[in-house]
Amino acid sequence: MTNVTHARVKPLWTWDIVGPAMLDAFRKLSPRTLMKNPVMFVVEVGSVATTVDFIYDVAQHVPGTGFSIQITLWLWFTVLFANFAEAMAEGRGKAQADTLRKARFESIARRLKDDDTIEEIPGSKLRANDIVMVAAGEFIPGDGEVIEGVASVDESAITGESAPVIRESGGDRSAVTGGTRVLSDEIKVRITSNPGETFLDRMIKLVEGAARQKTPNEIALNILLAGLTIIFLLVCVTLQPIAIYSNSPQSLFVLVALLVCLIPTTIGGLLSAIGIAGMDRVIQRNVLAMSGRAVEAAGDVDTLLLDKTGTITLGNRRATDFVAAPDVNLAELADAAQLASLADETPEGRSIVVLAKEQYGLRGRDLSSHNATFIPFSAHTRMSGVDLDGREIRKGAPDAIEKYACHNGRDPLCAEVKEAVRKIASSGGTPLLVAENRHILGVVHLKDIIKGGTRERFDQLRAMGIRTVMITGDNPLTAAAIAQEAGVDDFLAEAKPEDKLALIRREQAKGKLVAMAGDGTNDAPALAQADVGLAMNAGTQAAKEAGNMVDLDSNPTKLIEVVEIGKQLLITRGALTTFSVANDVAKYFAIIPAMFAAAFPQLNVLNIMGLRTRESAILSAVIFNALIIVALIPLALRGIRYRPIGAAALLRRNLLIYGLGGVIAPFIGIKLIDVLMGWIHLV
Amino acid sequence: MTANGWFQITLFLLIILAITKPFGVYMARVFTGEKTFLDPVARPIERLIYHLTGVDETHEMHWTEYTIAMLLFSVVSMILLYLILRTQQWLPLNPQKFGALPPDLAFNTAASFTTNTNWQAYSGETTMSYFSQMAGLAYHNFVSAATGIAIAIAFVRGIARREKETIGNFWVDFTRSCLWVLLPVCLVVALFFVSQGTIQNFKPYVTSHLVDPQTINVTGADGKTASQLISTQVIPGGPVASQEAIKMYGTNGGGFFNANSAHPFENPTPLTDFVQIILIFAIASGLTYTLGRMTGSQRHGWAVWGAMAFLFVVCVFFAYRAEARGNPLLHGVSQTASASQSGGNMEGKEVRYGIADSALFATVTTDASCGAINAQHDSFTPLGGLIPLVNMMFGEVVFGGVGAGLYGMLVFVVLAVFIAGLMVGRTPEYLGKKIEAYDVKMAMLSVLIFSFLTLIFTAISVITTFGKAAITNPGPHGLSQILYAYVSTAANNGSAFSGGNWNSLWYNISTGFNTLLGRFLPVIPILALAGNLARKKIVPESAGTFPVTTPLFASLLVGVVVIVSALTFFPALSLGPILEHLLMNAGKVF
Repeated sequence: MTNVTHARVKPLWTWDIVGPAMLDAFRKLSPRTLMKNPVMFVVEVGSVATTVDFIYDVAQHVPGTGFSIQITLWLWFTVLFANFAEAMAEGRGKAQADTLRKARFESIARRLKDDDTIEEIPGSKLRANDIVMVAAGEFIPGDGEVIEGVASVDESAITGESAPVIRESGGDRSAVTGGTRVLSDEIKVRITSNPGETFLDRMIKLVEGAARQKTPNEIALNILLAGLTIIFLLVCVTLQPIAIYSNSPQSLFVLVALLVCLIPTTIGGLLSAIGIAGMDRVIQRNVLAMSGRAVEAAGDVDTLLLDKTGTITLGNRRATDFVAAPDVNLAELADAAQLASLADETPEGRSIVVLAKEQYGLRGRDLSSHNATFIPFSAHTRMSGVDLDGREIRKGAPDAIEKYACHNGRDPLCAEVKEAVRKIASSGGTPLLVAENRHILGVVHLKDIIKGGTRERFDQLRAMGIRTVMITGDNPLTAAAIAQEAGVDDFLAEAKPEDKLALIRREQAKGKLVAMAGDGTNDAPALAQADVGLAMNAGTQAAKEAGNMVDLDSNPTKLIEVVEIGKQLLITRGALTTFSVANDVAKYFAIIPAMFAAAFPQLNVLNIMGLRTRESAILSAVIFNALIIVALIPLALRGIRYRPIGAAALLRRNLLIYGLGGVIAPFIGIKLIDVLMGWIHLV
Repeated sequence: MTANGWFQITLFLLIILAITKPFGVYMARVFTGEKTFLDPVARPIERLIYHLTGVDETHEMHWTEYTIAMLLFSVVSMILLYLILRTQQWLPLNPQKFGALPPDLAFNTAASFTTNTNWQAYSGETTMSYFSQMAGLAYHNFVSAATGIAIAIAFVRGIARREKETIGNFWVDFTRSCLWVLLPVCLVVALFFVSQGTIQNFKPYVTSHLVDPQTINVTGADGKTASQLISTQVIPGGPVASQEAIKMYGTNGGGFFNANSAHPFENPTPLTDFVQIILIFAIASGLTYTLGRMTGSQRHGWAVWGAMAFLFVVCVFFAYRAEARGNPLLHGVSQTASASQSGGNMEGKEVRYGIADSALFATVTTDASCGAINAQHDSFTPLGGLIPLVNMMFGEVVFGGVGAGLYGMLVFVVLAVFIAGLMVGRTPEYLGKKIEAYDVKMAMLSVLIFSFLTLIFTAISVITTFGKAAITNPGPHGLSQILYAYVSTAANNGSAFSGGNWNSLWYNISTGFNTLLGRFLPVIPILALAGNLARKKIVPESAGTFPVTTPLFASLLVGVVVIVSALTFFPALSLGPILEHLLMNAGKVF
């Protein structure tokens, strides 16, 4: 799936990340850090054991230390490479955190005291519920909610989007973020977070990996890896007695080498890097997830609730057609419609003016000379219009105009107009009646414009096994038509906030995981109920707190991308686990004959790679095992691409690549290393 | 390999395929309380049992209660058997006046029969009274099998139920297994065996004079060889047919006689032999269908069956091939099958059954944790003997022991679903149940226990004198013998690479504990897993769900089973049977 928003993708290997990561790799050797990763901890213990044995051998002048030093070194490299992978992932996060941190410089806040006087205090001293004034040119000192006034705000520091946004009190665009700058006007802001808990702070912690907790699947996978590690530990420990029975006892170096090759070091070394990189990818798309758990849950989503407006359709309806009543000519209708809309600043109104101009060459007119009175839309009459030169032009919803035009109890609508209204409504459009002096002239067809590429996206979602449900306030007829055109699986028409909540609960009762995007305060309960709730940054504080993700760009379609990232995360882990375990087959074929061919030359039949010497075979396996970690760092950090081709096809594909590939690749790799070492006469 | 041999094997598989559905449907009905044709007979008996024992059949058990009931029952049963074996000299039906078993052997036998293993460190005809055989061993053949089936059914319930705290009632599952599943078939089959010549009596052994006395050479204690004339023979008796049916049908495998199903009194004709092999797989195969039916995904049941059948076919092929090829060191001797000879490696095989049937029997008995034998696995070629060993190393999941095979395989299913499930980009789901950390932990634990027991006991035995004392052949074959003993007991198979001197204090104690730990330790996490699965919601299936009904899934399952056991046992196998094979090709035998 294509990226709708342009992720801020950084190059993978840059010196300012690689350099510190190399240092970190050594720092992470501390057993206390490594304990958290059972697989790599076993490798470290093994490395220490071989190091001690090596020193002892040197002191005792045991021959053959050339081999044992190389084994020991490569075992250490294995640990270091795994640490390096994790450090790389963290480094990329830190780089992003640094950019964010720049926005978090010390600002001066003008706090409103109880007696309405203003005092200046450092921004870092602000507590929740403090009230501050922010004027044009000043930075907003902390996360908060506008409680008075309206202002344009530059949020580029956190969103990367340079166009200013409007923030105003009340309504659904009241939340402001610390570190953003007010460009015009002055607002009164109620601070909503304590120092160190602001949005920016949380974001920095998340990208740096400091606040990272293991996700449920990661924990489960860790258990599996620990289990495998114990099994292989058992295999290697019990192999020595069996080897002694077979008159070919093995050295510690060989046994540890076998152990390290068998335990799943590839995935063990990359597991935490995959998790950190996954969070990083979410943040690159300007989505702030409150936890890794939320991102992982996104991959499991079964049902996606999408608001029609802004997500499926462009924000506004547009006039696309005029249908005149039988006794009226079209130009007359267009003229009346345009006049009625001249003062109408809504996008729909403007689109009527434009359509009349495009189709009939009617220019917008200056009506000041005509003694015109504009009648604005009111909830009571549900019409708007204009009175000029004795003409009384009105436009509005069919039932409102019908009521307006009805006199003497006669039905003002002729059959043709009725038919036109029905047709427009059933096609998903909105009919707008135009009347002059209580005589109906015709209908304006207002149409929802579905965003480009929407249908393809929903097809892909369907292939992923995700059902899309469109939420709209439209009537069922209109909703059905738009749903059909956009290709969503289902729709909820005439939806009130509580309907949304009920729908989510219904889906969840069926065992489904539901994701939704929302911005308004009335979305908050639904956002909280949904398993994945993506709140818009422009939305209210209540919505942001209820959801478990915030989109800084306030683009609801992001939900789909987050779902993909969640899936990618799991696929990458699963694929590398399979790869790691599949690798063991080749390693056995390298190491077992090398261990026992001295005592039983017949076992060389198992040396199907034709490795040169016993030492070279074991060393090649260990080197391959270490290098594969480094080789897979890019894959772990970028994630394996998710293809919406259905689970069965995806499984077949990944099993083929990472399962079968995992069996074959090390045969080739180990052989190559063996040949190379022959060239440079290492062993 | 002959056409006739392949015909037998194919016919066998087709019959198993044919009986899977009827057996599966019947068992599903029995355990979900639906009506069956046996109800008029079995239901009154069942009611009476509950009435006498005070069991409330409507009571549903949490997994912990289920586990405790199962363990308590097993412990009490085991103590009972131990007491019978220790006091058989005072008990009735002991015409040969056999004395009490020594404590270690009695413990070993009691543990082994309680766990459905039937590892036999004794010879039945020279050790056991008829009472011990009937009231002690045959009783355990029934109840250990019923226990296995009950656990499997509880596990299937765990998968099928949603948001429930309970997984059934152990007493009910157990009683129904006995009354509906085990007893009726055994009654019919025992009569059939009698009709074929299997003995069924309480008579003392008969001493008869040989028509053609034989002179044999015997090496005395002083090392001198003396010739000895043999003119009499003791012919044993006993209630064999009744024990033979459950021995096979309950995948117990403990023979009435030491020669097990190679003995003509146990297994008189090729027909009884064929029926015996079918009985081994009957319940285990049917249970895969029960799984599909109870979980509402019949295709998943067949996918599991397919994975099992695939492993069976591959193994029987290699076993048959290895045995039919014979011994390469017998130069100049024709080992090809012909009208006048069966060909292949006939050492340790019954001429009545021949190569194909012996290979088939060996594969089936080790696929399912039966352990009955009609040929000596010890005398198989190295690669032919590798197959029974590998079958058991799979963890007895290729159809497997009654019940145990299914729940063992379902653990692998959970692991397969978890590893591969991640690869489709969702939290892995198994038939709508999310597989989470706890489930993985329990599944891994049960796999770990088997590897742990087998490897540790083998390692101790191969470097200690008391361990090596059992070995009758040095070198890699000796390693195979010890490895086989512990794999067989941990996996509750019970067959042996015979020839070993297993009746020693070390082996009686270690294999005894191995059977107990190998059976009951993994069952605890498995029932915990069942309880946890039962608690979960069911996520409806979608296009993004990991499919567990396809051939792809079946092959994945095969892959996981093979990889896990291969990675665990490859080093030991390469120093045992594989090395022996290579050395044999180089002209060195043991």
